[in-house]
Amino acid sequence: MSFDVSLIFSALPKMLMGIGLTFQLLVLSGVLGLALAIVLMLMRVSGKWYLDWLAQAYIYVFRGTPILVQIFIVYYGFPQLEFIREGILWPIFRDPFGCAIVALTLNTGAYVSEILRGGVLGVDHGILEAGEALGLNRRQRFTYLTTPIAARLALPAYGNDVISLLKSTALASTITLADMTGIARSIVAQTYAPYEIFISLAIVYMIITFFIQKLMARIERWLGRYTVRTGQT
Amino acid sequence: MSATHPLIRMEHVGKNFGLFKALHDFNLEVTKGERIVVCGPSGSGKSTMIRCINRLEKHDEGRIFIGDIELTEKLEDLNAVRREVGMVFQSFNLFPHMTILKNLMLAQKLVRKTPKDEAREVAMHYLNRVKIPEQADKYPIQLSGGQQQRVAIARALCMKPEVMLFDEPTSALDPEMINEVLEVMTGLAKDGMTMICVTHEMGFARSVADRVIFMDAGEIIEEATPEIFFGAPRNERTKLFLSQILTH
Repeated sequence: MSFDVSLIFSALPKMLMGIGLTFQLLVLSGVLGLALAIVLMLMRVSGKWYLDWLAQAYIYVFRGTPILVQIFIVYYGFPQLEFIREGILWPIFRDPFGCAIVALTLNTGAYVSEILRGGVLGVDHGILEAGEALGLNRRQRFTYLTTPIAARLALPAYGNDVISLLKSTALASTITLADMTGIARSIVAQTYAPYEIFISLAIVYMIITFFIQKLMARIERWLGRYTVRTGQT
Repeated sequence: MSATHPLIRMEHVGKNFGLFKALHDFNLEVTKGERIVVCGPSGSGKSTMIRCINRLEKHDEGRIFIGDIELTEKLEDLNAVRREVGMVFQSFNLFPHMTILKNLMLAQKLVRKTPKDEAREVAMHYLNRVKIPEQADKYPIQLSGGQQQRVAIARALCMKPEVMLFDEPTSALDPEMINEVLEVMTGLAKDGMTMICVTHEMGFARSVADRVIFMDAGEIIEEATPEIFFGAPRNERTKLFLSQILTH
């Protein structure tokens, strides 16, 4: 086997043209997924059995099936349904980018909601009791006490999920999207040089992951500034 | 709240945790300005009793009145009661993600609707009173246990409560920090604050309490002035308890 380094240098700029799409997939489904996750988490901790049950069922379905299958169902399956073709959301489902965003959002939302719930359950009960004794109502306790503390507790696991989502975006290439992986696959199809291309692609993902880790560490330091015993703030 | 009838009235109060009777036919009246110390062995229902007064625990039987308001399911009444009743916990329970100053301002702003500047003034006033104004901008974790508990007392005082409840406020403290907290509490008592303190600090009970209540198995076993309680306790269980905690 020969390893052609020059091929990497010619392929890299082409693959990097897909980085914008990769980021769009990551950021858009990350933000929408977080919003969905917050709703699901609130349903889980609402104390209303039917909301809890509904959220649990949703989470079970989306954690219990492969993300690739979910993407295929949205992309190949939904357009078969007449009410989707005639619904107002058709512009989204007609477009592979829209389908990818929908599938990634629905998937990450399920995972992140459980991460957030872990954070909420981790808040020391005594702190909430102190808020209660001071007269804060349920909503105020949740907003001013639970949320900021739970956010810090959930962050390490959440960072993990963001990195996982980055890699899931590569699956969008299976439904014709030309993200970095999509471009890499078409280059491989032309050059028959899978090692060079996919290894350099892997390195690009690692570099992006590195920056996500750094960003998360910074947010963690900021959210956890009150856990540092020494020094003034 | 009128001064003619008691500030706190507990009538035949019962509280069960499953089959365990934490409180059984419990009766207590506290008038304005009274200082009461509650003691008793572990599991005797002291904490449960005090937590029923601001409904951190719901009583199962009997009735509880704070001033003219009865503690029921009604939310507005509950909020009214919690505004008048300050509470200090064994484990301080400061809000860890807020500076000391913000700890003291939060409930003022949210519950009392005090404007920010005024809330800050009130907070600094009580921080001065517990003698740690210089810690205002630190986070709770940067303070010693004694300092944290003093902040917790100041935080409750910021709400200008009619009565203060203390649930073993010095039990989680290192010995050298106990006095600074007791000093603050003694100062409060001298200023006429109505207080119910669950504590085993018998020196504090002797010097501050109008009444000492000894509880066991969810009931009041003995109730007396400190002189009588420590000098000539009548009940055998009281005598045994006192001999156990005072010998060391």
